[in-house]
Amino acid sequence: MILFEDVSHDYGGGPLFRDVSVRLDTGSFHFLTGPSGAGKSTFLKLCYGELLPSSGKVTLLNRDLRAMSRDQLAETRERIGVVHQDCQFLDHLSVEQNVGLPMTATGRPVKDSDISDLLGWVGLSAQADALPPTLSGGERQRAALARAIVSAPNVLLADEPTGNLDWEMSQRLMMLMIELNRMGTAVVIATHDLNLIRFAKAQVQARVMRISGRKLQLAGSEL
Amino acid sequence: MSTRAISGLVVPPKGHSVWLVTLSAAAMAFLAVFALALSVTSARLAASWAEALSQTATVRLASPPEEMELQTALVLDVLRTTPGIAEARVMELDEQAALLEAWLGPDLPLDALPLPRLIELTETREGPDRQGLRLRLAAEAPGAVYDDHTRWRRPLVQAATRLQAVALVALGLIGGVTAAIIALAASAALSSNGQVIRVLRLVGARDRFIALAFMRRITRRALLGATGGTALGMAALLALPEMDAAVPVLAGIGFQGWSWALPLAIPPLAALLAWMASMATAFRVLRGVT
Ligand SMILES: Nc1ncnc2c1ncn2[C@@H]1O[C@H](COP(=O)(O)OP(=O)(O)O)[C@@H](O)[C@H]1O
Ligand SMILES: [Mg+2]
Repeated sequence: MILFEDVSHDYGGGPLFRDVSVRLDTGSFHFLTGPSGAGKSTFLKLCYGELLPSSGKVTLLNRDLRAMSRDQLAETRERIGVVHQDCQFLDHLSVEQNVGLPMTATGRPVKDSDISDLLGWVGLSAQADALPPTLSGGERQRAALARAIVSAPNVLLADEPTGNLDWEMSQRLMMLMIELNRMGTAVVIATHDLNLIRFAKAQVQARVMRISGRKLQLAGSEL
Repeated sequence: MSTRAISGLVVPPKGHSVWLVTLSAAAMAFLAVFALALSVTSARLAASWAEALSQTATVRLASPPEEMELQTALVLDVLRTTPGIAEARVMELDEQAALLEAWLGPDLPLDALPLPRLIELTETREGPDRQGLRLRLAAEAPGAVYDDHTRWRRPLVQAATRLQAVALVALGLIGGVTAAIIALAASAALSSNGQVIRVLRLVGARDRFIALAFMRRITRRALLGATGGTALGMAALLALPEMDAAVPVLAGIGFQGWSWALPLAIPPLAALLAWMASMATAFRVLRGVT
């Protein structure tokens, strides 16, 4: 699904990480941890082509990121669901319309009932017609997750998706992502939350990647 | 919610640029109506002057009274044997008097004046070999002057043709300025909606979808403005005071008959222009945004 070969990234102030080689297969489940500022968000941005690596090669869904045309990148993103750390929406459209956007903006049909089901799952049924700026931080994260999975993507990338949520809701969203993973979606979640990782590991075979000291280390199944 | 429906919604309905588009499209369409009217009118004038004067000519014959009849016969002889002349007719004295009366009043002692004799010619469509005709007349009847009215016709037709060129240049300028304003408005709309573009990119929308979303509103506004401006322009033309036929140049400014349909093409053309200008701008701007 996603392949990194000797990837380094540098915003200009020295490399964040160096020579990262990792393969995220279909149906795999990965956590990404590391101290704040280590480069977790940067790693995820490389995974959906918002950034190009400073060196090395990133392959997304069998296409070399660097060689992709703009339309090919868009086509690739159609199949990747992203929960951005700062969850951006179209602020003048309802939550419901925002959640359906990955489908409608790419010409794919979507059933209203599917969107209501999804909003029910993330506990936002009552906010379906609300505008995103009126949502709380936790509600925004739930809406962003709903938007990321509405298209049943091949890959789900979530950047601290439970940062603003209480434990119960965090578990609920985690179950949703685990369900998606069971249907074949490769899942990558950046998080600090060790409890969440433990919770997930009880349900699914998950591996933990850790960025520290400019390296990406792949831990085993132990934590 | 379909793709078409959402594409009309993803750009927030705010911003001054849409008003800029509406108003400038209206103003430009208004001006375009007049430029078009000028162009149509001058083309019509050029054609009608050329037509009216092209197939008639006169020969003016001045000679001593005792030779007049002989000279007239000689001239008529020359004219009848010249290809390209359909008819030659000597004007009666009272016809000449009627012509002169308009200038000199009714109480003219015509008999006392040494009037030249006028011979009116009707030419075929091809007309005679004018230079050859002049030479033959000079040889046979030195007092005869062939006048094909080119002296009058040429500057009039030229003026009308230039007027038409000016009108066409004005139309071109109006189109160019409109396209520039719309491109500016499109690029302002795109740059003030960075978040919209980021979100659409994130969910996999193609440049084409994003460009269309921005272009739709701008094109619709341009169409709306241009329709209003065209309607106002046509109303203003209709409201122009009826010109006296004594001012023949001004009498015809405006459209006649079927040419009233021409300005109806302005709104769709403005929309097409807006569509092309905003699409081109959108693709250019979007290529610069990752
Ligand atoms: N667009 C950028 N330009 C320059 N520096 C950046 C940019 N984005 C992030 N950084 C820097 O890169 C480092 C890693 O950021 P990030 O990937 O967001 O870390 P994390 O998500 O692990 O907290 C931080 O020091 C951050 O300041
Ligand atoms: Mg981060």
